[in-house]
Amino acid sequence: MAAGTLEVAMSRSTAQEIAAEDFSAVVTKHRPQIFRFLLSSTRDVDLAETLTQECLLKAHRNWASFRGESSAMTWLMRIAINLQKDHWRNRRMQFWRKTQVNSVELDEASDWLPSGESSVEQQLLARERVAQVSKAVEKLSERQRTVFLLRYVEERELCEIAQMTGLSEGTVKAHLSRALTRVRAELGGKR
Amino acid sequence: MSIKDKTHGETGAEDEMTPDLELALREFRQSVHAWSEAAMNRPRLAVPPRRRLWRLAAGWALSGLLIVGGLSAGVFERHRQQVTIAQARMAEHERLAAEQRLQQARLSDEDLLAKVDVDVSQAVPSAMEPLAQLMAEDESK
Repeated sequence: MAAGTLEVAMSRSTAQEIAAEDFSAVVTKHRPQIFRFLLSSTRDVDLAETLTQECLLKAHRNWASFRGESSAMTWLMRIAINLQKDHWRNRRMQFWRKTQVNSVELDEASDWLPSGESSVEQQLLARERVAQVSKAVEKLSERQRTVFLLRYVEERELCEIAQMTGLSEGTVKAHLSRALTRVRAELGGKR
Repeated sequence: MSIKDKTHGETGAEDEMTPDLELALREFRQSVHAWSEAAMNRPRLAVPPRRRLWRLAAGWALSGLLIVGGLSAGVFERHRQQVTIAQARMAEHERLAAEQRLQQARLSDEDLLAKVDVDVSQAVPSAMEPLAQLMAEDESK
């Protein structure tokens, strides 16, 4: 009930905001997040870039029909999730195609750990932890992965994730819980 | 501020989040953010159109060469097979002709011998017949 009232209030304010915003400003603002989500999901820089471009192109074509019922970010992310789904579906159909030409090795994401001020040993441990989480995320189902990444990489609220994925909050919670259990098991199992 | 603090543990699983798990998730988030930022800011190599055109032309030329090569090899192979078949046929033909000639020669020899035999037998005078019979008997023994 409270979430519904919040949504209505949010959508009214965002509708006014969006009306005033130029599409290019929206792109400039949200493109890095869309790209980041697609990169973490596909683990392929070129593919993430292509899907980001497609997402923005699709958004541009439908910009006039965007009524601002949700935030621009939610709308864009929803398009990105659908594009990503389509991509995996197409890849499953085209099973003879070579798998991800530019896909990174499992632990490549861990190479990008910001060094900070920690010691070499701490950095190595952190890298190992990141690799373990990456491995666990890789094993998740498509839906669990999407929900997990939106929650723990994009730091989105559950209601936002529900809007982005088109799932109910309860389903989002269930997926998140299962994903977290698997990540925990991966981390626990390696120690 | 952790996700758990921020959202007051919205899911049951987040309530059970251990410091280790929270740390791992934070590091994972940081690594993805850093990776994404680096990927977005990476220098992009634009291929000049002329080079692309040259590559396209080279590709087409190579494809053409391969097709022509393949066809030539096919034609050559077919020709070689035809020559081999013709040679085999000719050899078979020659062998048959030789066999026929040999058979004919053999037959003519036998005919000649038979004729000679008949002539010789007819040429023996009747007075010598008992002697010829005796010779025949000796040969048979």
